[in-house]
Amino acid sequence: MRTALFVPLALLLVSGPALAATAYVSNEKDNNLSVIDLDRLETVGTIDVGMRPRGLALSADNRLLYICASDSDTVQVMDLATRKIIKQLPSGADPEQFALHPNDQWLYISNEDDALVTVVDVNKEEVRAQIDVGVEPEGMAVSPDGKWAVNTSETTNMLHWIDTATNTLVDNTLVDQRPRHVEFSKDGSTLWASSEIGGTVAVVDVATRQILKKLKFEIKGVHPDKVQPVGVKLTADGEYAFVALGPANHIAVVDANTYEVLDYLLVGRRVWHMAFNPDESLLLATNGVSGDVSVIDVDDLKVTRSIKVGRYPWGVVVTP
Amino acid sequence: MRPLLLYAALCLSPLVCAPTLAAPAREPLTVAIGYLGYRPDPGPLLSNVIPEPEDAGLQGAQLAIADSDTTGRFLQHDYQLTARDAQSPEQLAAAAKALHEAGLRLFVVNAPTQSLRQLADAMPDSLLFNAGSADDALRTSLCLPNVLHTLPSRAMLADALAQFLAVRQWNRWLLIVGQRPEDRAYAETLRRAAKRFGHRVIAEKAWSFDNDQRRSAQAEMPLFTKGGDYDVVLVADEHGDFGEYVPYHTWLPRPVAGTQGLTPTGWHKTVETYGAAQLQRRFETQAGRWMNDRDFAAWIAVRSIAAAVTQLGRADPTAIRALSLSDDLPLDGFKGRKLGYRPWNGQLRQPIPLVHPRALVSNSPQDGFLHPVSELDTLGYDAPESRCRLSESIR
Repeated sequence: MRTALFVPLALLLVSGPALAATAYVSNEKDNNLSVIDLDRLETVGTIDVGMRPRGLALSADNRLLYICASDSDTVQVMDLATRKIIKQLPSGADPEQFALHPNDQWLYISNEDDALVTVVDVNKEEVRAQIDVGVEPEGMAVSPDGKWAVNTSETTNMLHWIDTATNTLVDNTLVDQRPRHVEFSKDGSTLWASSEIGGTVAVVDVATRQILKKLKFEIKGVHPDKVQPVGVKLTADGEYAFVALGPANHIAVVDANTYEVLDYLLVGRRVWHMAFNPDESLLLATNGVSGDVSVIDVDDLKVTRSIKVGRYPWGVVVTP
Repeated sequence: MRPLLLYAALCLSPLVCAPTLAAPAREPLTVAIGYLGYRPDPGPLLSNVIPEPEDAGLQGAQLAIADSDTTGRFLQHDYQLTARDAQSPEQLAAAAKALHEAGLRLFVVNAPTQSLRQLADAMPDSLLFNAGSADDALRTSLCLPNVLHTLPSRAMLADALAQFLAVRQWNRWLLIVGQRPEDRAYAETLRRAAKRFGHRVIAEKAWSFDNDQRRSAQAEMPLFTKGGDYDVVLVADEHGDFGEYVPYHTWLPRPVAGTQGLTPTGWHKTVETYGAAQLQRRFETQAGRWMNDRDFAAWIAVRSIAAAVTQLGRADPTAIRALSLSDDLPLDGFKGRKLGYRPWNGQLRQPIPLVHPRALVSNSPQDGFLHPVSELDTLGYDAPESRCRLSESIR
């Protein structure tokens, strides 16, 4: 991780600040994205998008940004070079979260109001399949090997395992109340699933789809009912898991090997989702109620800054 | 890898396949729930411009069945609702008896206190969810052992409002009370809340007019609200006889709160955060109208049963009751935190939205009102103030 830090610095010397890493944050109530320059750690502009933008994802080459415009009932595709919407994908109604298959082609989208997962071919711009899942599908992840797409349903309280080869639902794992987000470990062996009302994160063994460990969180001075895990991010080196705890206004730092909670970092109000910068030295977290993004130094495990963005920031992605 | 592929090839529908791979093998289970509705005719109302929906409550229960069946189909649990609407207490009792004889032991009841008592006594082996009576006596002295309450009590509503008024420092109240027993009960909880949260009722007036305020409010209401210097007018008029005509007609230019104006309620259209928008949309698609507090109470009652059945793997009323009264059944009610039942009186703990007709104004408990167990217990009767000890009867 340390050595990686020099790469962007070197690039910077050669080609100037134009190559600074950039974060894009979806502002749910402003119908736009905030653009953050990660060298200056400042908001440098906004881009208007569809209504109620939430989930964000990047293409493998980081040129295209996929945006769930929930109230426009579409997934928009933005060319980041021109910052223009180049197409609107047939996402099904009220898309909230999605995940792009490693083949860079199949987008798995949860349709919150229709209890469906829609699979869209982003090149052909057509729906490949729609799969019945539980009520209020929310979290979505595709395994690094591309074999599994996993969806969470908030009212049904399950993880739904979809075989991407056949696009059929083949297994379900019952978890705690209101599963919100799923994240595969980089080696694909475990899946981390947060349960917002249950207040837990389940670490699931992908091979057996059984729960290995259930993480609980306890923050001094914060009522247990307010500890509501939402976003989860795992470092590529397998060292840490970061869990955003919603209205507890903290992010839990978890040892991804021992599952021990190492620390709680105070961030803004109702922290939602997170993203690393390219060398994973910084973690950005969106704070819905306070309308800002907290910046965390991953090496020191300290919150170093907060950056004002729009109203109800929700998703965040970073391009190099 | 190989057995999985084989499995996927054989697997034609998730309904058939899911349980085979899911943790323990599960037996198919039918969960039969009865819905018993009886709302007495409130008589002629003086302000009847916007009528109340007649299927309030029932639609909530029906939606919860649909929601619960989605988990159920993966676990082979089948939720079924049998609904009976009665025109009299006798009809209601007869309907309950018939369902009980058909083997039902789980009920959602949307009826006045008297009927609820009757049903609870007649079916001691059943578990009833009260989604229709806000009566505080049920939570403090009657203590029906086989009843859980999902509708907030009047005291919870009054406390929720009084906390907000304390935050705003609107401490001097003019209280106007309607003529019905429900209005007097509402006023009583407001007086209690005033004492608890540092307010003072500087004057109290009984509404005794019997004319239609639609044409005369402007002439009469200012004079009626004259007297003393108050910060806010509190109205106790549960059926909406006159209360709608108090705002903007007060002698002093003051806000109005209570059953009209700024209103504490268990649920309202304007509640949208914490995933509530999705629940509202599902409800509106099904019912063709907005979800109200009784719909929510019936919805969360059925959802409580489903959450317990999912955990227990059976639909035994005694086990569901014991689990509900423990700390081990966190419920998702789209209210921003987990909900659960108070072990002493079976009342569902829940945040209370404060609304006016087209916006959410606030949510109680307010920040800073602390409680050693749960801040939600600053609303309504706390354990030491209630004679009920429901959880002590669990062996």
